[in-house]
Formats: sequence, C-alpha cells, structure tokens
Amino acid sequence: MVTTTNTKPGRAVLQAHQIRKSFGSKLNSTEVLKGINLQVREGEFVGIMGPSGAGKTTLLNVLATIDRPTSGTITIDGNETSKMKDAQLSTFRRDKLGFIFQDYNLLDTLTVKENILLPASLGGLSKKAAEEQFNDIAGILGIKEHGHKYPHEISGGQKQRTSAARALVNHPSMVFADEPTGALDSKSASALLGTLEDVNKSRGVTIMMVTHDAVASSYCSRVIFLKDGAMYSELYRGDKARQAFFQDILNMQAVLGGDRVDAR
Amino acid sequence: MCGTKRKGYTAMKFRTLRRHFRESFKSLGRNGWMTFASVSAVTVTLLLVGVFVAIMLNLNKIADDLEHDVEMKVYVELAADEASTTALEDQIRETPGVAEVIYSTRDQELDQMIRDFGEDLKLYEQSNPLREAFYVKASDPQQTAKVAQTIDEYPNTYEVVYGEGKVEKLFDFLNFGRNAGLILILALLFTAMFLISNTIRITIVARKTEIGIMKLVGASNSFVRIPFVLEGIWMGILGSIIPILVVVFGYLEFYDYAEPRLRGEMIQILAPVPFLYIVTGILFFMGVFIGMWGSFMSVRKFLKI
Repeated sequence: MVTTTNTKPGRAVLQAHQIRKSFGSKLNSTEVLKGINLQVREGEFVGIMGPSGAGKTTLLNVLATIDRPTSGTITIDGNETSKMKDAQLSTFRRDKLGFIFQDYNLLDTLTVKENILLPASLGGLSKKAAEEQFNDIAGILGIKEHGHKYPHEISGGQKQRTSAARALVNHPSMVFADEPTGALDSKSASALLGTLEDVNKSRGVTIMMVTHDAVASSYCSRVIFLKDGAMYSELYRGDKARQAFFQDILNMQAVLGGDRVDAR
Repeated sequence: MCGTKRKGYTAMKFRTLRRHFRESFKSLGRNGWMTFASVSAVTVTLLLVGVFVAIMLNLNKIADDLEHDVEMKVYVELAADEASTTALEDQIRETPGVAEVIYSTRDQELDQMIRDFGEDLKLYEQSNPLREAFYVKASDPQQTAKVAQTIDEYPNTYEVVYGEGKVEKLFDFLNFGRNAGLILILALLFTAMFLISNTIRITIVARKTEIGIMKLVGASNSFVRIPFVLEGIWMGILGSIIPILVVVFGYLEFYDYAEPRLRGEMIQILAPVPFLYIVTGILFFMGVFIGMWGSFMSVRKFLKI
C-alpha cells in the first residue's frame, strides 16, 4: 500500500482557475461554485467530498465539460475546454475523457462489448485494434467473459465495471467519476474502487471522483473537501495506509459537519 | 491528434455512413411499437391528405370545365344586312379577350329553341321571330362580363346576353371553393406535420438517455442525429405505402366507374395517368419530408447535454 508516485509533482493534467457557476436567471441566481482554483497532476486519484449542496457534482460537471462555467478557465491536457465549441468538445470528450456515473449510463440495446467499444468506434478504430483494446481493458476489469451479454443480464457491479472499461478504453487523459459506487453494495464497491486504484497506479490514469462515502474516498491519493461552493481543505494520503487515511477523512468530515458517514 | 485523424477521413466517413444506415434500420426493429405508432400516424394522415388531394384536384378540374362552358350570346339587329353582319363578326373576332366565335342563323336558332322547348314552337317556322346570333367565348372566362360590355357597344348588336348575375355568382362560388380547398389542404398538411412529429418525438423522448450517453461518450451532434433522421425517413416511406396504394387503386376503380357515365358530358374527371403519378409523388415526398423534419426537430431538443 506504500506509494510515493501519487505525491510526486507530475505534469498538471487539469488546471482550473477561478471557476464560478451560477444557476437561475440574472435576477434570481444561486452561485453554486464561488471561485475555485484547482490543479490535478498526471497520475493523481483525486476525491471530491463535501456535504450535500456543497457543489461537488456541479464542480465535476463543469470540469468534465458536461456543463459550462459561468466564469473562469479550465485547461485539460493543454486545451482550454472552457473556450471550446460544442463540436470540438464532442471530439475532445471522445479522445481525452472518460466518464463513470452512479447509474452506469450503458446503452441497453448494445452488448457489454459494444458498450465498452462505443467511444473507440466513434473514433473510427479498426476492428482488430478494437478487439485488442477490448481484451486488454475487459481483462483488467474482469468482465471479458460477459462481453456478449446485454446490460440487463449482468449485475450492478458488473455494469459499473463495464462503464469503467468504457471510460478507460480510449486511454483518456482523465477519467471523471460521479458517485461510481453510489448504487453498489459494499463488496462490489470495494472491488470497483480497488480496480480504479490499480489502474491509476499501474497505468498512471488520472482520475477525479465525487463521492460522499469516506470509504470510497480513502482509495484516493488526495481528497478535496468542498463547503458552500468553495474549497474548504484538502488531504493528501501520502504514504499512509488506507485505514489511516480513512480515519483522517472521517475526522475532517467531523470538522466540516454536514452529512455524517457511518464507518464501515 | 487531429492531423492523424484526417488521413483516414474519407474511409472513415464511408464506414460511418454505413453504420448510420445499419443503425437506423436496426433501431426501427428495436423500437418496434414506437415505429408502428409513428408509421400508423403517417399512414392515417397521408391517407387523409391523399384522398383529399384527389378530390380537390378533381373538383378543380370540374370547376375549370364549368367555367369554360360560360359563353355569351350576341344578338344581331334585325335590320342588319349580310355585309354588316360579317363586319360585326370580324369586329368581334378582333376584340381582345375573345377566344371563339360561332355564328348561328335565325333558322339554327329556331331549331335550337324547338329542341329546348318542344315541338309546339314549330308553329314559328312560318314566320321566324328570332334574330341571328354569335356565340362568343372569352379566352379568360372570368372576363366574360367585360368582353360582353365591349361587344355591346358595337353597331348592329341588339343585345348581349351572358347570364348576368348568375355567371358572377358561379365564379364567386368556384373561386371560394378553390380557396377553401387550398386552405383545407394546407391545414391538413400542417396538422399532419404536428401529429407525426409529435409521435416521433414521443419515440425519441423514450430514447433521451441513449442520446445523452452517446453525446457524453463523445459522439458529435450529427453522428447522433443522422440515424434518427434516416429512421424518420424510413418511417415516412413505410407510412406512405398504404395511402399510395389506396389512392391509386381506389381512383382507378372510381375512374372505371365514373368515366363511361360522364362520357359526352360537360364535366369530366381527371385521367389517371399524369394525375396518379402526381398524387403518388406528393404522398411519397410528403412522407419522406415529414419523417425527416419530425425527427430532426425532435432530436434537436436532446442534443444538449
């Protein structure tokens, strides 16, 4: 469990400067993000925590190009995404980003394999290369033998691993995960998180994950705490064991208030 | 990264297009009931449009026939001699807006009258009280009244009769009928568009998440939209088959029935040959257009993620 790579300053993959996001009309608007500065380095596994309404998901959506910031700049892999047009963003998402959501977001009409290869097929990957990609990524996530099945034929954990495989298939610069374990039982959840941690370390995939679960965030190399739309504090795991880091996170949550997490 | 992608661009384009076609066909089957609903909506509406267009075009033809049957009758002064009658005829022929002039002698007039009103009038053959007459048709029937007025001014005309009042009423009625028909067809088309695009929208709402996921995974707007639009076109074509068959065979049947009965009559219905091609074309392209437009508009809403 001892690692030093996570705290070593690598190249910055994501840079966010003074991110603000308001919802509603001009007269009656709510500012959800109040000027967030953030940097994620290559190979980091960043968790975002905070009480309900702190703006976790909004921050993730804005960083992940799903939503646009009201003001501020976001740079991913040297591309300023906050300035891109919709068409450019589509291509960018396809080539550079991966997504995992709480409700899997799989296409019910496609098999597990087709789902995983969807981003690759959008990029016009050859059949042979696609086959290799699938074997590689599905092997890591342990769903190779389910490739021909449809999403309704597999378990929630398997679905989420399918979705993770899809997120990873194009070798993205960054993977965004919004409560990936939210719909899973604790066993499936820890299996998924273990795999994410694995991929993060062995392949250097940069991951950003929103969660309200202290157990889930203890897999991260850094956890950022949000409160009322602003950065409250952050914890680095450093060389700590997961259990110790988990304790740190719980303590921080106690200071932060908001939703309590029952320790598993 | 863009540079390397560009090289295989055309090859990829072709493959993508093939995928779009395959995907659009697959999706017709996958969403079986929704396809059925949309196709039925197209079928019902186009059936209405088809039958209505067939009726309207024929009514229009009948209106034209009626209109062209309108003529005026110019009575010649009893005192006019042969030379001045010929001069009058030439004058009438040269009047702008006159299409056809037929001369009728006093005896022909009487024969016509006897035919129309019965043998009793044969008594008049001893001493014919009628006048010579010209039957004049205006090149634009709606201008009949004006032409009649002009001719009335000429020397040696006794009277010009064209069914004053009645003709105007007939024209008013025919024009009203034409406009009403046009408005009805337009209204029907409009309703058809909404009915169909709404049905298609429902089928697409059911696939909102699918669109969202495709967008999220990095599909461009056109990539998501093209299969839907193609699907809409297939639905439009499928939906136009039954209306086309019904209108074509229905009309042929009707024509076979009505044509012999109308032979020699003033009004005639349209011959099937150019007419049915036109109606088939209208229905087919309306199906295609409505399907395409309906899905295009409906997908647009969900392309924003």
